[in-house]
Amino acid sequence: MKEKDTKRETRATRAPQKYRNHPQIVLIGQPNCGKSTLFNEVAGYHSVTSNFPGATVTYTRSQVRILNHIYDVVDLPGTYSLTSFDQADRETQNYLLTQRVDVIINVVDASLISRSLELTLQLMELEIPMVLCLNMVDEAERKGIKIDVDKLSMRLGMAVVTTVASRGIGVKELFRSVLRTEHVRKKARHIRGSRDVERIIASLTRLLKQIIPNEIPFSMHLLATKLLEGDPYFEEILRTVRPDLLEKIAEFKQQLAQSHGRSSDEVIDSERHALSMSIFEDVSVVTKPQVHWRDRIDNLLMHNLWGYVFLIVFLFLFFNFIFKGGSFIETPLLAFFDKVSLLLKGTVGSDSLFSIIVNSAFAGMAGGIAVVLPYLFPFLFGLSLLEDVGYLPRVAFLMDVFMHKIGLHGKAIIPAILGYGCNVPAVMATRIMESPRDRLIASLVAAMVPCAARMTVILGLVGYYLGGNAALGVYLFNLVVIALSGALVSRLLPEVTPGLVLEIPAYQLPRLKVTLLKTWLRLKDFIVIAWPLLIVGSAVLGLAEYYQLTDGINRILAPITSLLGLPAKVGMTLIFGVLRKELSMLMLFQALGTHDVLSVMTRGQILVFTIFIVFYIPCVATIGVLYRQVREKGMLAIVGFTFVLALLLGVLTRIVALLIW
Amino acid sequence: MTDRMTLDSVEKEKEVTVVEIQGGWGVRQRLNQLGIHRGDRIVVKRSGIMKGPILIQVHGIEVAVGRGMAQKVVVDVVQ
Repeated sequence: MKEKDTKRETRATRAPQKYRNHPQIVLIGQPNCGKSTLFNEVAGYHSVTSNFPGATVTYTRSQVRILNHIYDVVDLPGTYSLTSFDQADRETQNYLLTQRVDVIINVVDASLISRSLELTLQLMELEIPMVLCLNMVDEAERKGIKIDVDKLSMRLGMAVVTTVASRGIGVKELFRSVLRTEHVRKKARHIRGSRDVERIIASLTRLLKQIIPNEIPFSMHLLATKLLEGDPYFEEILRTVRPDLLEKIAEFKQQLAQSHGRSSDEVIDSERHALSMSIFEDVSVVTKPQVHWRDRIDNLLMHNLWGYVFLIVFLFLFFNFIFKGGSFIETPLLAFFDKVSLLLKGTVGSDSLFSIIVNSAFAGMAGGIAVVLPYLFPFLFGLSLLEDVGYLPRVAFLMDVFMHKIGLHGKAIIPAILGYGCNVPAVMATRIMESPRDRLIASLVAAMVPCAARMTVILGLVGYYLGGNAALGVYLFNLVVIALSGALVSRLLPEVTPGLVLEIPAYQLPRLKVTLLKTWLRLKDFIVIAWPLLIVGSAVLGLAEYYQLTDGINRILAPITSLLGLPAKVGMTLIFGVLRKELSMLMLFQALGTHDVLSVMTRGQILVFTIFIVFYIPCVATIGVLYRQVREKGMLAIVGFTFVLALLLGVLTRIVALLIW
Repeated sequence: MTDRMTLDSVEKEKEVTVVEIQGGWGVRQRLNQLGIHRGDRIVVKRSGIMKGPILIQVHGIEVAVGRGMAQKVVVDVVQ
């Protein structure tokens, strides 16, 4: 098994042409079943794994050579069923229903087989060749669950292979099975349940086949079942094809409800539940589980008092680790780049157009390496560690009650925590929220959380010139404002949050290699996207100064700078903050022509500048991802809100500063 | 006579059986996805402070359920 050519796609609605020639293998399973681990095992490290539901929010594709055949393997976001509640689920659903899929590998956490089979049964309705990958069999045995693989294979009518993906066990056998299944193209068939329910599903399927034989690109049986379940996604599909049929569907639903004395979705659901329980009981032997250290940890970490104490201690250690680690690396790096910069100026000069571009581009590059990377790396590493261990869902449990105060529920803390690294993945993670309104508020919060870049500005300006306590003050002030903003917006959008329902997975010992690789994968986003921006931005500022454009721009921005009581010269730097927040600070040094900011600006002005930079509109990358998550209106609302907020807070800070100093 | 109550008022370490899931289609489906169905056995593991969420064990899985959600699950205490 050898990796041939891999490509990471962020999002695509159709597979590109070059991918259509090879068999399409799709990995699908419930969250935390080890799909991404399996994917990485066959495709090299391309997919982010985590120990919380919703780690994979978009799909990842890789071309893999297996036993001399080339396949496209796609890792889809984990989903509990084919009914979608958040956007990650929807991605999976959309892919399965609209893209070419030759073989489905249904990855199942063997220790959770009874629940996982409910997804398996739904996947079988798709009538696509399928292989069941019974993953984490070691974990299952620890829990006292022993599964008869042959019997399971017979009941499901498909190959079943046991694996321990995290150690690479059974992966070869799995793909050998996939190969055979692909070769014979044996489609999965749904398993029949009780006769009266089957009769109604069958007659609806027949009806749909008669009326709309060609309009639906996936299994009609699945459509029938999902319509009876009242799934709005499938109702929408029908509405676009034949809206008049919905009335007919209602009749079928009523028929089902009347014969069972409960709503049709409950009938279908209990049917599936009963079926998976019966298969589970038929194929497995359950004995007493071994008690493990992991089961005891939560007595402390989720305790009503100690849980919060540990949470605070962890966060304290976490941030100390970042700052200590960061400054340890930053100081020598800065000294080094200062020397090189002088050397460079000596070589190319500092007056010609060429030399200005070279020198400013170099300043941008050096800033990225010396000021940003030293903090970003330890942060992302620490975060990956917390994720892999499985601590984040516990934080969601502990914080649920507080998140309700700002109109959200516990899950919203996950994007907020991710936001401390970078707002971009944080806004993407709001996909795990169920309702559009929760997604909007969570996005606002995620976009306002002081990311690593803002932290750099707070530390570099307020921390450096006004002292560490002042920096901490700004930081805490920021958090208070975020909480108040969340509360305010929830009042404006009075809708009850759907509430928390979140699986709390077992703790896992992280593997250093995986954690490091994941850190690298995320660091790469900074290196390929933000860093070039920084370099180009610096060069552009150099150019603008060379052509004396800065004065004009500063004049346009004069209303803002004068309202905030800042020197007109800093106007230009505000624009750069839109590209990257830390650019504002680096550009400030350049615009003022000195690193000794106190010689040109008062302490009050430094504070006002920092507050404004920290709060006003998110950076370009965040705006881009906001556009994708909450569409144009939501994005504009967030941009407008933060801008007005920053102005207000800036003026407020100015007044307070005047009173103090 | 069985003890009937909603899931949020069940004591710690008590085992209960789900009798009914009130609320709409969305609530039912979301709870179903995580393995909570009518007739299932649930053990309440812990309950958060200040009307925080509760942690339950169902089919060998731990699931955090918000207080509001838990109020919609009617259960019988297993004697």
